[in-house]
Amino acid sequence: MSAVALLPYADFLGIRIEGERNGAPLLVMPFSEGLLNLQNGIHGGALAGLLEIAATAAIDATLEEGEDPRSVFKPITVTVDFMRPGLPKDVYACGQVVRVGGRIANVAVTAWQDDPDRAIAAARMNLAITPPAEK
Amino acid sequence: MPLDMAAAFDPAELLATHKTGHIVALGLRFVANGADWCEFAIDYDRRLVSDATSGILASGPIVSLMDTAAGFSVWTKRGGFGPQATLDLRLDYLRPARAGQAVTGRAECYRLTRRVAFVRGLAHDGDPNDPVAHLTATYMILGEGK
Repeated sequence: MSAVALLPYADFLGIRIEGERNGAPLLVMPFSEGLLNLQNGIHGGALAGLLEIAATAAIDATLEEGEDPRSVFKPITVTVDFMRPGLPKDVYACGQVVRVGGRIANVAVTAWQDDPDRAIAAARMNLAITPPAEK
Repeated sequence: MPLDMAAAFDPAELLATHKTGHIVALGLRFVANGADWCEFAIDYDRRLVSDATSGILASGPIVSLMDTAAGFSVWTKRGGFGPQATLDLRLDYLRPARAGQAVTGRAECYRLTRRVAFVRGLAHDGDPNDPVAHLTATYMILGEGK
């Protein structure tokens, strides 16, 4: 789970682990000017970045100690729905591992600002699992 | 109707008025545009990698690149800057971008209605015939009509 902190792109976005929610890491992306789009909302790409990192963190949390998640899980597809505008304030995200199969892991992630029940964006992500022998 | 169609949309002009924000932070570069498409590029940057060991660019910056190119393709098709919001976006990661390579993303707004814009796009790291990612996205057109 701490592997998220090693992700340079997560650092770039200012993302950190805030705690836990339903057994998965709860991430926060504190507001900064560098996240804004041209319409003074949070850029959709930054939100998608947060969602992807939260998805990876959720999978990381299911791994045995010592396994290197970055070399095991590779994103294949990400589908993001934007439900509400991203206001210029902190964004939270938490992923839920739907299924880890033999070859594919499927994760659902939501992001919110004030109220976890009012998601501003949600994503589904399919990641390929590379068998250890092929690393 | 879209915005004032007589007013040609100039991406460079719009970008010049913004000195901060995510596009600037990521170092996204405007490359070119046509009547219904827009192309941006992102230079390789160690701060944006997913894994310090492999040096492979994280997928997130590719989403930002494609969302930006796609949003701008809608403005080019609308003929001007106006409020709009990404409704949904799907990105297929066809292969990892090569470490050290800039990534170029081109998006095309192939259908525009009063309320919704439909966009498709591709990202590549040097050879457009060997893309790294494929985009499908829709945008809500806001601030005009009901």
